[in-house]
Amino acid sequence: MMRALLPLGVFLLIGIAFAIGLTKDPRRMSSELINQPFPSFSLSALYNEAETLTEDIVKGQVSLINVFGSWCVACNVEHPILMDIATRKDVTLIGMDWRDERPKAKKWLAKRGNPYEKIIFDNESVLAITLGVTGAPESFITDKTGQIRYKHVGVITPDIWSETLLPIIKTLEEE
Amino acid sequence: MIAELGHYLLILALFTALAQGVFPLVGAHKNTSPMMAFGDRSAQLLFMLLGLSFAALTATFITSDFSVKLAASHSHSMKPFLYKISGVWGNHEGSILLWTLMLAFYAALIPVFGKHLPERLKARAIGIQGLLTFGFLAFILFTSNPFERLNPVPADGLGLNPLLQDPGLAIHPPMLYMGYVGFSVAFSFSVAALIEGKVDAMWAQWLRPWVLAAWSFLTLGIMLGSLWAYYELGWGGWWMWDPVENVSFMPWLAGTALLHSIMVLGTRHKLANWTVLLGISAFSLSLIGTFVVRSGVLVSVHSFATDPERGVFILLLLMIATGGALTLYALRAKTLKGPGGFEPLSREGGLILNNLLLITACATVFIGTFYPLFMDAFTGDKISVGKPYFDLTFAPIMLLLIFFMGVAPLLKWKSDNWQKLKGLALIALPLGILITIAALIFGKSVLGGIGLAIAAYLAVGTILAFARKTQNFKNLRTQPAGTYGFVLAHLGVAIFTAGAVIMSVWAKDDIGRLKMGETLNVAGYTYTLKTVAPGARENYQFLAAKIDVSKNGQEIKTLATEQRFYPVRNMVTTEAGFHFTSGSTVFAAISEGNAQDGWIVRANFHPFVTWIWFGALLMSLAGFISLFDRRLRSREETS
Repeated sequence: MMRALLPLGVFLLIGIAFAIGLTKDPRRMSSELINQPFPSFSLSALYNEAETLTEDIVKGQVSLINVFGSWCVACNVEHPILMDIATRKDVTLIGMDWRDERPKAKKWLAKRGNPYEKIIFDNESVLAITLGVTGAPESFITDKTGQIRYKHVGVITPDIWSETLLPIIKTLEEE
Repeated sequence: MIAELGHYLLILALFTALAQGVFPLVGAHKNTSPMMAFGDRSAQLLFMLLGLSFAALTATFITSDFSVKLAASHSHSMKPFLYKISGVWGNHEGSILLWTLMLAFYAALIPVFGKHLPERLKARAIGIQGLLTFGFLAFILFTSNPFERLNPVPADGLGLNPLLQDPGLAIHPPMLYMGYVGFSVAFSFSVAALIEGKVDAMWAQWLRPWVLAAWSFLTLGIMLGSLWAYYELGWGGWWMWDPVENVSFMPWLAGTALLHSIMVLGTRHKLANWTVLLGISAFSLSLIGTFVVRSGVLVSVHSFATDPERGVFILLLLMIATGGALTLYALRAKTLKGPGGFEPLSREGGLILNNLLLITACATVFIGTFYPLFMDAFTGDKISVGKPYFDLTFAPIMLLLIFFMGVAPLLKWKSDNWQKLKGLALIALPLGILITIAALIFGKSVLGGIGLAIAAYLAVGTILAFARKTQNFKNLRTQPAGTYGFVLAHLGVAIFTAGAVIMSVWAKDDIGRLKMGETLNVAGYTYTLKTVAPGARENYQFLAAKIDVSKNGQEIKTLATEQRFYPVRNMVTTEAGFHFTSGSTVFAAISEGNAQDGWIVRANFHPFVTWIWFGALLMSLAGFISLFDRRLRSREETS
């Protein structure tokens, strides 16, 4: 009898976990994160494995955190716009290399140019999950105190940049 | 009008399903024939009602009736005809309706093929099938009505997600669902057997073709999904261990175990409890898959349509169906036990090992997939489990499984001796060493060599077993279809393994910014950017490039690749240009750029990647061939 109950017991445990999981939907986090401090993390930098980056890098200035990966086709489309932003110094660009391999990412950036001031290497989706990243490219704007103020899903086109993102950054600069 | 008719048919279907879920079960309990016979007819009526309802939904898509919300958000008047139809199931509401339609389809087939089944067993199974359909219809009507109207009516639809506009994806979900839902028959018959408190060889023999059919469809569905993700997403990966992929793989693993254990039950009257448990598990894992995909409890790159509210309903369905079945199992498991006893070195022994390994593999995938959810639920920590975990845990289990796959078919039922395996060792051992050395010299990889050696070993073992069954290939025509099914399926696994090993060890790729006429070199292949030209087609604008591929100065193929922009969805997709061969597959993809700085081009060399899908296709085909086994039919007629 005890052995026969085992499958039911295991299943009930799984069911309870599912039920709790539903209340903690990872996708819902993304919108809840708006006006919340950037989640704390401790990850290595892409170029220097020994260098540890934490949430402190987004504090003290308005930043745009851009999720990318060398595997991401749409990131190729977005890249030149990021390069323009970097040359104009509109905002501090922080890259988040997601689900990637170091050599591939470095090669990818070497060929196109590196628009980012710092690059967080997140191949294991540690930060991506707390941030509620659903895909690449995706961008977050944080204010000077390091609070997330805006999230953009998908490619930043020149129009989106000049009409939506840049005005937000300008207002945040004045805060 | 058509939409209202479809909605009305769904409500009728709901009540039909309820009646089908109640009367045959009561009839079987009281042993009254008319009530049991009602199940046969209601199952067919239910299928008709749902078929018409599905046709009504399809009609709203074909006629671009954007007063129906679903068509407005997932279709577009400019969309090609094929994708108007596939758009019906390219969204949550439509795909759940398709799922339910198939549930009813399988139930309607039970009376057709089960004329010789014991009356009560059949009535009970049809009743359970009715209850399942009722649950899903309630889910559709209360949370996901596909016929909801929209006011005001939009001028045009939003269009289907461009990534889903692909012939591969038009047939991938139906195939996958035929597999998922096919396991419902195994579930219903397992529950029916538990109610009766009796499982016998005849039950197993009757159920086997259904499991075979479901398994074959599921194999085909997963294979098409992998192929689609490979060439459409252009990531160069055929399997990403993504949660949505994993949840389709788990029912497959459980189904494969079921396929083998049901064989033991059918011929040797053993493993009754285990088989029933697998029957329940395979379908429960399908339900879990639906739960994950539809609720979005896990982070997946395949984020198509998710809604946590719907997750609650599917979880409820899962708890009732699986929880109920397992409770029944706890109460009745004792009465099912058959006579035991066999030697470890026998075909049963091999098949039991096969089952244990498959279930271990399934549990490994399960833990890897749901570990982040469990951690979050019980500790609040957010973590993710990636490819390294799966590569590290799954590969060794598969290696072990393949090892036993090579041996077990050579053994006799009940008991055997080690002498039987001498032939296999004599051929496979030297061959394996030879392959490993060759891989080390030419490919500079030990792991690759071992992987290929084990694939070759499996092929040798399978062919030896075939030779033994056919008395050295003499009695080919008199062999039952099941023998050919076995040989092809196991050879499929060998081919698949070889492809997967080669891809994981020897694939190469490179990305570069190329101006016209410039080249990229990957694994001895030269990719030259020849032309780039913009243009527009039916529902998108594009940038088309021609890339010449050559090797040692020898022209191989001109690849056509496109970057597409879909204005309706404001989405950019890349169509890679492929040159598929049975050996080396090369492909290239173009991305943004301009004439001065050049265009970004991605070039890949994927050796033997096609073997992966060919192997899977062979497995699926083998399953369908086994369906024609006369042993599956003649037994039914004599009973």
